[in-house]
Amino acid sequence: MTPIFEIDNLWVEAQAGKTGYKPIVKGINVDVNAGEVVAFIGESGSGKTTTALSALGYCKPGCRIVQGSIRLNGVDILSLSPEARRHIRGREVAYVAQSAAAAFNPAIRIGRQVIESAVIHDLMPQDQALRHALEIYQRLALPDAEALSQRYPHQVSGGQLQRLMAAMAMSSSPAVLILDEPTTALDVTTQIEVLMAFKELIKKQNTAVIYVTHDLAVVAQIADRVVVMRNGIVMERGATQDIISRPKNDYTRTLMTAVRPPPKSVSSKADDSDWAEDDIPKVIEIRSLKAGYGRIEKKIVLEDINLYVPKGQTVGVIGESGCGKSTLARVIAGLLPQVSGDVFHHGVELPAVARHRTRQDLKNIQIVFQMPDVAINPRHKVADVLGRPLEFFLGLEAKTKDKRIEELLDLVELPKEYKSRYPAELSGGEKQRINLARALAAEPELILCDEVTSSLDTVVGKAIIDLLKKLQDDLGVAYLFISHDLSTVASFADRVIVLYAGRVVEQGALQSVLAPPHHPYTQLLLESVPELRTDWLDNVISSKEALVNISRSVEMETVGCPFYKRCSLAIEDLCSQQMPALLQTVKDHKIACHRDLSELSK
Amino acid sequence: MIALWKRKGQSAVEEVPADPRAMPLTASAWIGLLIVLFWILIALLGPVIAPHLESDIITDVSFAPAGEVGLLGSDYLGRDVFSRVLYGARMTMGLALVTTLLSFSIGCILGFTAATCGRWVDGFMSRANDALMAFPSIILALIVMSSLGTSLVIMVVTVAIIDSTRVFRLSRALAMDISVMEFVDVARARGEGVWWIIRKEIFPNTLAPLSAEFGIRFTFAILFISALSFLGLGVQPPAADWGKMVAENLQGLLFGSAAALMPACAVASLTVGVNLIVDWFLRRIGGGAAEELLK
Repeated sequence: MTPIFEIDNLWVEAQAGKTGYKPIVKGINVDVNAGEVVAFIGESGSGKTTTALSALGYCKPGCRIVQGSIRLNGVDILSLSPEARRHIRGREVAYVAQSAAAAFNPAIRIGRQVIESAVIHDLMPQDQALRHALEIYQRLALPDAEALSQRYPHQVSGGQLQRLMAAMAMSSSPAVLILDEPTTALDVTTQIEVLMAFKELIKKQNTAVIYVTHDLAVVAQIADRVVVMRNGIVMERGATQDIISRPKNDYTRTLMTAVRPPPKSVSSKADDSDWAEDDIPKVIEIRSLKAGYGRIEKKIVLEDINLYVPKGQTVGVIGESGCGKSTLARVIAGLLPQVSGDVFHHGVELPAVARHRTRQDLKNIQIVFQMPDVAINPRHKVADVLGRPLEFFLGLEAKTKDKRIEELLDLVELPKEYKSRYPAELSGGEKQRINLARALAAEPELILCDEVTSSLDTVVGKAIIDLLKKLQDDLGVAYLFISHDLSTVASFADRVIVLYAGRVVEQGALQSVLAPPHHPYTQLLLESVPELRTDWLDNVISSKEALVNISRSVEMETVGCPFYKRCSLAIEDLCSQQMPALLQTVKDHKIACHRDLSELSK
Repeated sequence: MIALWKRKGQSAVEEVPADPRAMPLTASAWIGLLIVLFWILIALLGPVIAPHLESDIITDVSFAPAGEVGLLGSDYLGRDVFSRVLYGARMTMGLALVTTLLSFSIGCILGFTAATCGRWVDGFMSRANDALMAFPSIILALIVMSSLGTSLVIMVVTVAIIDSTRVFRLSRALAMDISVMEFVDVARARGEGVWWIIRKEIFPNTLAPLSAEFGIRFTFAILFISALSFLGLGVQPPAADWGKMVAENLQGLLFGSAAALMPACAVASLTVGVNLIVDWFLRRIGGGAAEELLK
């Protein structure tokens, strides 16, 4: 069988400096058969997206294809005129981008956007295209197709938008589909839903698929063959099963180790030893906190939050997007005054607004944000970024300050020369290190880490986590580690707080939370983390009828248990009406549920 | 499908280019630069080159044709048009520069304060600004100057305040975008004061779009001052100002004299020159900032 799509000895160059070009894809060969999924895997900068885009005969501004051929059904795309290439795009080759939210036009109804490419290419008249699209919606397991196509993009959840992107791409029945990190920005529960839909669709349509990602666990679920790329070179290729079970190349092994093992349900609870909660020194304690946005009509995002962070320990906060995790960090940092409730720092109440806090309190609590690109002022040099907290909190000047900046750079494992650089001259991982070093400069007791690894590659993210651990050992700093990735939290935290729709549904020591009994939501999260084996997704699909509710997005509830609409164990009339009481399993482990512990243990 | 080709994850703050000379001057930018440099040179050296003083009456003939008396003929009082254009460069450009600098200082400080200081301050300042903008600017200037007098200082301050309403709008919008960025949150969480945040976090990030706006406002200031001088306010005789000169010599057009056209050409060429540079600069900083300005 001849492959439907072939890339042969492809070289792509990117502009470097004023006139020079340097190669970023160096002689890549790939072929894809109909109905087959080939995954490109690698870190950012490995050339995987560039290669995938070249399948459209397209490269990003500042890049150029210098050599090689790209054959679709035996026709070399590169030899075609721009007009002919445009004819192919969206018709025979379709592309699904990473961020569906950014790829939809917010002002046009979904139905019209999905069929746009089919109509533009004159493949079918509008009404026929609409009917065809409705069929695809059903195949993608999108609910209530008719109503959906009448909505605007902002009225649809992220997972649904991502599937609609696929529907858009499939509306012209292309021979080749390119998926560029389609699930990277999604929550684990949403990711399953999208992966399931893609898998179904590919099987039915017999499309050749190129799947670009940096996540090996996802690749294991969906790909038939894997191409491991680094710096524009193929490091290893082979069947998915072979690559995962018997990686030959060193780099592939590095990628494998960077995949955090999914949190295993441990069998026993943490030992119920003899200590009283009041005795632990608490960097932060929060009592019946309520917080929200808006001035006149408050939209409440956090309700009745009670938690504490012990000195020198890591507390993980976990939940899907929209659960109020970041809001929690902003309240503690004094960026968002709470509606009611108190925040204590070593037993002393903190003023709600950062400006009213003492300098010592401000120094002790530092915050590190998710996006390194916007968390550092692009007009400040690294030395200014790190120097300001040194001046502000510690009153250091000139020489001592300079020396301390170098020490800080050393601490986060960056060379001293980075002092005089601007953020734009750093990579994402390096920026995140500077971000961290800025927090460390104040010599704080607690660092609020808001999704610090989420925007980074797996390998870089792992390095940041290792660094955080090392700093904790050396400096005794405590972390409030916010993440939507349960495996990251499990690899790192001492205590875990599970947040759902603005309420704490479960909290306790890591071991207690990972061991049954679980709150149904914790259970769902645990089951949704993809594992590094090829049959995981199929198992999940076949074994869980509860997946019906997996795709529901987080909704705030004013009465009853926030989770009851998605809960497989929900009790009619009770869960929707009353707020559940706290169940205690072992000391310091609490679950908010109406069910008995014995029922949750199953 | 077109939407698919959009660049993803573009940040609102434009990146500092690694190499500031990344985008070379285009041909039109070169022309603009030459024109502006030429006028700057004239403004500096004008009185040295000028064959006569601006107030010297060199002939009895009003509106003498070009070449007969002096290089560009004489004006309605028989003064040398060429010398007056040279003198006028200094006056017109100097006034416009001072006015624009003043309007930017006022507009930026108020705009940044409004954006950082929360709802009530912002609401009050923005509504006051709207009220000021509701008056046609030339009429507002006429009212103020006819009641306060027509000295240069009053004119400069009036025009600067009227112009600063536009700067206020732009700088507030820019600062609004930046003040929700996480690095500003970091500064707030550190307990920094409003003034520090404005100065160190917000201002440096608005520099590129603001300097482009500066070019545009500068040309508007020239036109505005010329218009006021034309109406008899502003620059007073016998001082030479391009706008004033157009007004004085308007009747000369009936006799086929070019005395009114020369200063008009000067205003036009300077305006075009500055705009050519601004266009190039806007394209260089690119993207959102440019759209913001061209609205």
